[in-house]
Amino acid sequence: MNRTDELIKEIQEVKKSYPKTKAALLPVLYLAQREFGWLRPEALEFVSEALDIPKATVKGVATFYAMYKHKLMGRHLIQLCTNVSCMIFGAERLVDFLKNKYGLEVGGTTADGRFSLVIMECIGACGTAPAMLVNDDFYENLTEKYIEEILEKYK
Amino acid sequence: MERVLLKNIENPNSADIDEYMKVGGYRSLPKALDMQPRDIIDEVKKSGLKGRGGAGFPAGMKWTFASADPKFPKYLLCNADEGEPGTFKDRPILEKNPHLLIEGMAISGYALQAEYGYIYLRGEYPDAKHALKKAIKQAYEKGFLGDNILGKGVKFHLAVHQGAGAYICGEETALIESLEGGRGQPRIKPPFPVNVGVFSAPTIVNNVETLANLPYLIEIGADAYSKIGSPDCPGPKLYCVSGHVEKPGVYELPMGTTLRDIIYTHCGGIRGGKKLKAVIPGGISTPVLPPDKIDCPMDFVNMPKHGSMLGSGAVMVFDETVCLVKVCYRALKFFEHESCGKCTPCREGTGWLRSILDRIERGEGREGDIDMLLDVAGNMFGKTFCPLGDGAASVVQNFIKHFRPEFEEHIK
Ligand SMILES: Cc1cc2nc3c(=O)[nH]c(=O)nc-3n(C[C@H](O)[C@H](O)[C@H](O)COP(=O)(O)O)c2cc1C
Ligand code: SF4
Repeated sequence: MNRTDELIKEIQEVKKSYPKTKAALLPVLYLAQREFGWLRPEALEFVSEALDIPKATVKGVATFYAMYKHKLMGRHLIQLCTNVSCMIFGAERLVDFLKNKYGLEVGGTTADGRFSLVIMECIGACGTAPAMLVNDDFYENLTEKYIEEILEKYK
Repeated sequence: MERVLLKNIENPNSADIDEYMKVGGYRSLPKALDMQPRDIIDEVKKSGLKGRGGAGFPAGMKWTFASADPKFPKYLLCNADEGEPGTFKDRPILEKNPHLLIEGMAISGYALQAEYGYIYLRGEYPDAKHALKKAIKQAYEKGFLGDNILGKGVKFHLAVHQGAGAYICGEETALIESLEGGRGQPRIKPPFPVNVGVFSAPTIVNNVETLANLPYLIEIGADAYSKIGSPDCPGPKLYCVSGHVEKPGVYELPMGTTLRDIIYTHCGGIRGGKKLKAVIPGGISTPVLPPDKIDCPMDFVNMPKHGSMLGSGAVMVFDETVCLVKVCYRALKFFEHESCGKCTPCREGTGWLRSILDRIERGEGREGDIDMLLDVAGNMFGKTFCPLGDGAASVVQNFIKHFRPEFEEHIK
């Protein structure tokens, strides 16, 4: 079975969870993002065809949500919270650190394509602030030194 | 107080079904299935349980409305969007005690005669997603979910629906819109979700913590339950405390514990012996309080009498070193980012408030800026389509109300 067939099978599976096809749109956008790397035009077209939803609708939905990516991202996605509880424990300093040490701008990607940085609005780790997600992994009580150690693990 | 919602979470395997059953889990579900759905709803009503998602709406009343609607199918939605900044109370239930929520939902599904349920989970909780999916699979295998639960002919199916990073989807009608595959913008009410909700069917939306109360409520009964915590607002409550306390974290305490007790008795007081400057008691949208107002009981009934709200029980503590203008600015940056854009006062107002606060914070504030903030906020409050806009306006109004000199200082 090739990748596309496999993806279509996965989509069929997702559709079973809902009485109406359109409800599968958010999960299917996640699947498309995983397969295509980001929601490039072909990805949106693929979703539109797979679910028989107009392309404009698919795009409208995809652009509403912060977790869908509309440009190529680095191999590892750093999602750093700077909301109030993280801010008062120095999250902004960490943003500066990522910029100075790795050349990583907010919303940008390192030149070697290793990391991208996205600023988050509260990731529910306020008691152990500041916090970030790297891909699907939570890291809390961050310091500059700790971030350096963590990022060593992501090549 | 015996821990109910955070029971057994020190056990590293607490999310496993066997561990949950070892400490008494899935004993309330068979008990509930032997009751009539109407009797369960009456118990919930009698217990006085109020929704833990922020508004404190009586759960029994919502359930009565939904069950009075003759249309079927009905849907039960669990609001696990937990996006209110400062809030991380549902996370330990989702990650470490998922079966408590599943059992609560199975009981609620039966009581409401809803055969399908969804957990709308925020996209930023990957660990919770894995824990829930695994737990749901285990619950199906043991017959606690499915077409014929425990052989009693009761049907309830449950799935996780992952959000994608939009705070507004925590608002119940936006959540429904998002579950249906749309842009998460709120819908007009009425019709209320209990009559016309997801897929146009009667829909009950409850918060994670609300639903997680059900097994215990059924176990001990409404009379005993209503004796926990505040008389008008009973039950165990999760308070999540962040900021400058010695021991931040999630605390399960009787509803109505005072803010002072939470900060000084349970969380060990202000870090490094510093002075308390301000507290946001219920998540970023709730009015900030100065230190002389912290003797209030933290429940849905008493907090409004003391000038704030319980909200999501997210206590954010600021010591004397914090610049509150900066906190206020950061809060408005959040609201601007999360405004869904549907209505003008919120879409435009949040941007204006943020930009004025930004210049004040940078020391470039102009004379008259404070009045302009109040003017903009006043033109938003009560005029927005959903409570997000009200929240944004009231944050500004309350920071200025209690800490105006600090704003003036910045502008001078
Ligand atoms: C902007 C906004 C965000 C909200 N976010 C959440 C949330 O993250 N979780 C939640 O349970 N309720 C949230 N609510 C409240 C829900 O609309 C709804 O009242 C609640 O889920 C009902 O459940 P309950 O009765 O058990 O509290 C939010 C409301 C608004 C206006
Ligand atoms: S108040 Fe804000 S979030 Fe709510 S509908 Fe209006 S624009 Fe959207």
